[in-house]
Amino acid sequence: MIDAHDLVKHFGPTRAVDGISFSAQKGEVVALLGPNGAGKSTTMRMLTGCLEPDSGSAAIAGHDAVRARHAAQSALGYLPEGAPAYPAMTPRAFARFHLRVRGFTGKALHEAAELALERARMGEAANRPIGMLSKGFKRRAALAAAIAHDPAVLILDEPTDGLDPNQKDGVRALIRMMAPEKTILISTHLLDEVEAICTRAILITGGRIVSDTTPAGLISTAPDQSLAGAFRQLTRHSAEQTTARPARSRKETPA
Amino acid sequence: MTALWAVYRRELAAYFETPLAWVFLTAFSIAAPSFAWHVGGLFESGRADLTPLFDYLPWLLMVLMPALAMRAWAEERETGTLEMLLAAPIPLWAAALAKFLAAWTIAAIALTLTFPLWAAVNYLGDPDNAAIATAYFGGLLLAGGYLAISQALSGTTSNQVVAFVLAMGVCLILTAAGLPLVLDAVASRLPGMFAEALAGLSALSRFDSLRRGVISLADLIYFISLIATGLALAMALIDTRRGGGR
Repeated sequence: MIDAHDLVKHFGPTRAVDGISFSAQKGEVVALLGPNGAGKSTTMRMLTGCLEPDSGSAAIAGHDAVRARHAAQSALGYLPEGAPAYPAMTPRAFARFHLRVRGFTGKALHEAAELALERARMGEAANRPIGMLSKGFKRRAALAAAIAHDPAVLILDEPTDGLDPNQKDGVRALIRMMAPEKTILISTHLLDEVEAICTRAILITGGRIVSDTTPAGLISTAPDQSLAGAFRQLTRHSAEQTTARPARSRKETPA
Repeated sequence: MTALWAVYRRELAAYFETPLAWVFLTAFSIAAPSFAWHVGGLFESGRADLTPLFDYLPWLLMVLMPALAMRAWAEERETGTLEMLLAAPIPLWAAALAKFLAAWTIAAIALTLTFPLWAAVNYLGDPDNAAIATAYFGGLLLAGGYLAISQALSGTTSNQVVAFVLAMGVCLILTAAGLPLVLDAVASRLPGMFAEALAGLSALSRFDSLRRGVISLADLIYFISLIATGLALAMALIDTRRGGGR
C-alpha cells in the first residue's frame, strides 16, 4: 500500500533524504523514528505528493505519487506536521471541505463528516472556529479531516504532539481501531508511542534508514534493552554531526 | 470540477468568515461614490452618465484588488495549509481558478454596490445604459486582471503585507503606463513604437475604450490574457514548491 523506492531529496546543498526504500502493507502501523532533521517529514511529504523526489519513486495504493498523483492522493489521508487548518473554519466545515474535494456529496458527505468528528472525539468543539480551539482540539480537527474519507492509507506526522495524556490515549486508540483495515505511517518522537501502537519501527538518521524492524527487534539491539537506548545508539553519529554543523547551513524546507 | 467547486465555496466563505469581505465591501461602497461625487463632480457635470465613477475606478481597483487577493497563497503558506492542499487530490489549476473566482465574485458584488448611482442618473436624466453596462463589464475585467496578477504575487511570499505591496506596485505600473504623462515622456525619449507598445500593455488604455462603451476583440483578448497569465504564474510558483521546477 505504501512503497518508497530509493527516494532522494536535496534542499540546496543539503541531502535531506538519501535513498530511502521501504514498503508497508495493510494492517501495519509503521513508525518513522529519528532525530530532528533526519528526513522523516520530507519522506512523508514525498509520499503524499507535496514534494517531488529528486530521484526514486513513491507509490500509494499502487499509484505513483508523481505520475498518478491524484489517484494516489485519493487513497490517502494526511495529517501534516503541526496539523495546519483554516482558523476561521469549524472542524465540521473543515472535514466537509476535505470530503467535498474528494467528490462526497449529500448524505454520504454528512455521514462521513459526522463519523470522523465522532471518532476524533470533537464533541461540542466541532462547531467552534478552529482558531479558537486548544492545541489538542486543533490537532483532532485536522485528524478528523484526514480520516473523514476513510482512506486506505494514513500518513500522520506527529499525530499526538501537544496532546495531554488522555488525548494521546484517545488518538492511539483510534489508530489501533483503524489499523486492521489500513496502512498507517506515523512519525513520532515519543518512543512509548512506538511500543504502544506500532507493529514496525523504521529509524532514520541523516536521511538514511539505519534500522527497519519490529519495536521488539529494535529494543533487542540496545545494551540496556530499551527503545531509548536503541535510539541513542543508532542516532549518536548523526547527533554528533548535527552538533558540529554550523547553524547557517540549515535550510528551510518548502511547502 | 468537484475540487474546483469545493475550493471556490471554501474561499468565498473564508472572505465572509473573516472581516476581510465586509471591510472591503464597506470601503469600496464608500470610496467609489465618494470619488465620483467629490472628485469627479458627478452631479455638477450636468451630464446623465457615470463617467466620474469610471474615471477613478482603475485607481480604486489598483489598491483594493491587491488587498483582496493578497491572502490567496500567502495565507496558505503562512498557516501551513498549503501542504494540506498540495496533498489533496486537487489539480493546481482548479485551486488557482477557484481562488481567483471567489475573489472575483467579491469584486463583482462590490461593483453592484454602485448600482444606486446608476439608478440615480436614470432618475435624473436619460443616460446611455448600454454604454454604462459596457463600462461595468470593463470594470469587472479590469478587476479580474488585477486580481489574477495579485494572486500570482501572493504565491511569492508567506507575508500578506509583502504580497499586497508587490501586487499594488505591479498594478500601479499596469495602470500608470497608459497615462498621457507617461506616454508623452516615453515618446519624447524613445522611438514612437515604444510608447505605442507601452500603451498596448496598459490596463488603463484597454479599459478606456470599454469605459466609453466600446467593446473590441483586442481589449477582450488583452484582459483574458492578463487573467490567464496571472493564474498560470500562480500555478507555476506553487508548483515550484513541490520541487517540480528543479
